[in-house]
Amino acid sequence: MPEITYREALNQALAEELERDDSVFLMGEEVAEYDGAYKVSKGLLERFGDRRVVDTPISELGFAGLGVGAAMTGLRPVIEFMTFNFSILALDQVINSAAKMYYMTGGQISCPMVFRGPSGAALQLSAQHSQAAETWYVHSPGIKLVTPGTPADAKGLLKASIRDNDPVAFMEGELLYNVKGEVPDPEDGDFVIPLGKAEVKREGSDVSIITHGKMVHLALQAAGKLEKDGVSAEVVDLRTLRPLDVEAILKSVHKTNRAVYLEEGWPYVGIGSQIVALIQDEAFDYLDAPVVRVTQADVPMPYAKNLEKLAKPDVNRVVAACDRVLYRD
Amino acid sequence: MAEAMAETKTKAQEGAQRNGTDVTAERMERFSKDELRGFLRDMLLFRRFEEKAEEAYAIGKIGGFCHLHIGQEAVALGLIGPLREDDYVISAYREHTQALAKGLEAGPVMAELYGRDGGVSRGKGGSMHLFDAERRFMGGHGIVGGQTALAAGLGWSIRYREGDQVCVCFLGDAAVNQGAFHESMNMAAIWKLPVIFVVENNAYGMGTAFERVSAVPVVERGEGYGIPTHAINGQDILETWSFMEELAEEVRSGAGPQYVDARTYRFKGHSMSDPVSGTYRSKEEVSEKKEREDPITVLRDHLFEADLLSQEELEEMDAEVRAVVDEAAEFADDSPFPADEELYTHVYSELNEHGRLFLDGRDR
Ligand SMILES: Cc1ncc(C[n+]2csc(CCOP(=O)(O)OP(=O)(O)O)c2C)c(N)n1
Ligand SMILES: [Mg+2]
Repeated sequence: MPEITYREALNQALAEELERDDSVFLMGEEVAEYDGAYKVSKGLLERFGDRRVVDTPISELGFAGLGVGAAMTGLRPVIEFMTFNFSILALDQVINSAAKMYYMTGGQISCPMVFRGPSGAALQLSAQHSQAAETWYVHSPGIKLVTPGTPADAKGLLKASIRDNDPVAFMEGELLYNVKGEVPDPEDGDFVIPLGKAEVKREGSDVSIITHGKMVHLALQAAGKLEKDGVSAEVVDLRTLRPLDVEAILKSVHKTNRAVYLEEGWPYVGIGSQIVALIQDEAFDYLDAPVVRVTQADVPMPYAKNLEKLAKPDVNRVVAACDRVLYRD
Repeated sequence: MAEAMAETKTKAQEGAQRNGTDVTAERMERFSKDELRGFLRDMLLFRRFEEKAEEAYAIGKIGGFCHLHIGQEAVALGLIGPLREDDYVISAYREHTQALAKGLEAGPVMAELYGRDGGVSRGKGGSMHLFDAERRFMGGHGIVGGQTALAAGLGWSIRYREGDQVCVCFLGDAAVNQGAFHESMNMAAIWKLPVIFVVENNAYGMGTAFERVSAVPVVERGEGYGIPTHAINGQDILETWSFMEELAEEVRSGAGPQYVDARTYRFKGHSMSDPVSGTYRSKEEVSEKKEREDPITVLRDHLFEADLLSQEELEEMDAEVRAVVDEAAEFADDSPFPADEELYTHVYSELNEHGRLFLDGRDR
């Protein structure tokens, strides 16, 4: 299989779906002439023209809402947020329009569309530019949430998201764009990963590190470190947070009897809160220790390099959390 | 640049000689020799400060996003310099020199860019979030257009307390496409808030030319709100300074909100990680603008022309501001990183007696 970057994988997915379906179009700030702020849409304007690849004013609420309106008529907009921090301006249209449309029209009108872009922290971008947006989106029924951590997942899941008949928030990571990985050759046919299927990224038997998005890489590093210590950690990548692959979570917990949830965002009503509730609801008797969560510190992201490092989850925290559920600390 | 400054007359100067010398002389008469030289000195300081920031970024002392103001100095100085200490200024993320113009010291500003405890925001904000409450520099905001609504609030507070201060709110040309801007303009108009909205019209938002995202020019975007509209040459300190001197007084005496299209140009890339030119603007365009419309060379030439400054004095001036900037960088270097405990300070202004504020369990 060819090795490509996460960025190239997304680019392939967009190109293939634009090619396949004329109702798909890409819209957002700097996506066309500038090839995207992070170059994800490189070459797409040239290939598909400005009817399909459209630069917008800096009007997040406006173009997100425009996307919803277009989706109401059956078009399949892919709305790019330069980062999900700026999508906060658009949340009204996402939550009040897109997520509710199918329900409040009694099933007459759906919104087959994707909101995508990088979410979470990069390096020293400070409080307003370093936020993990998952909770804001996953909280509302009516919208799906996808968080790929690898190039293959990015490609397969983006294609599925574009084909999905409901609104999908698709969260990438600025620090993931250059990550390389194997992705099936486009020549070998359509590569689509269905939403709602987690993947065990590393098998293990002593403890489950359950996670999503770019934290998958941190989980794998921690598992590697634990292995040297004789601990076999399993890494479960949820990949999509809604629909949630409950079976995969339970299966891993049944096997290891110990779980850690790792996420990039804040702890309060974070994704981990839901997973902990789910495990204690459905697998309480299998647990040998309370589930532990690893998150960002419960503070806005500081700019100073040393404080930022402290605020973010890191390998040592993940290892410590595993030690705790294994009563090794 | 002092070396480059010694070179022959710029195009602006030639033009002025052909038809505008008298006009320029007349405009310069408003100011004393010291004032005029002060303008040049301050703009040079801004330029050297940004050049130092650029250097520091290149060696990793400054991180994240860093947006330089090089080329736009006459907007910052001319539209902030004439204000009173108790007037408010609020801006976006391209605000280093605006902070300096509002009287913030170079050392603590540089220390903020370095993410140090001695920074104006204690190292927590960084380049995009410079704040100084005492000097009424209200940031430093990273969400395009967001500060315009805050400006309405600052104006509201002035009116509420029956003060005679003004609030100057800077925004980029691309920010006029944000809903917040339009909502704020309307509120400022209906409540006659003492807010001067200044669009720093450098013709681009990142890699997008303004005319690609607006059907009408910047100056027309204020119309329809019943707010007086002005267009000024932002590259000419004589113009920006005189303009604000008058406008601020009008607003103080109750003229209500104002909308200003300050035409300027960004000489550097959008941020440190973006190219200076590329698909969106040509190298030639940038070098032509630098040659003809550099606010520092424009003023320098006026001063040379009027015999108010010699090459030697200019070099002295440059040496003096370089020393200030070097000192600022030293101050930043010497300032410690914030202590680890600072991670949890300033999240809330008050820690409750009851209940847990931080839910990450790290204190257990
Ligand atoms: C709401 C929002 N959307 C997008 C961005 C990303 N962004 C930062 S600056 C910028 C361009 C703004 O241009 P302009 O307002 O003209 O100001 P300039 O940078 O030219 O000073 C963009 C798109 C942002 N910070 N906030
Ligand atoms: Mg601009």
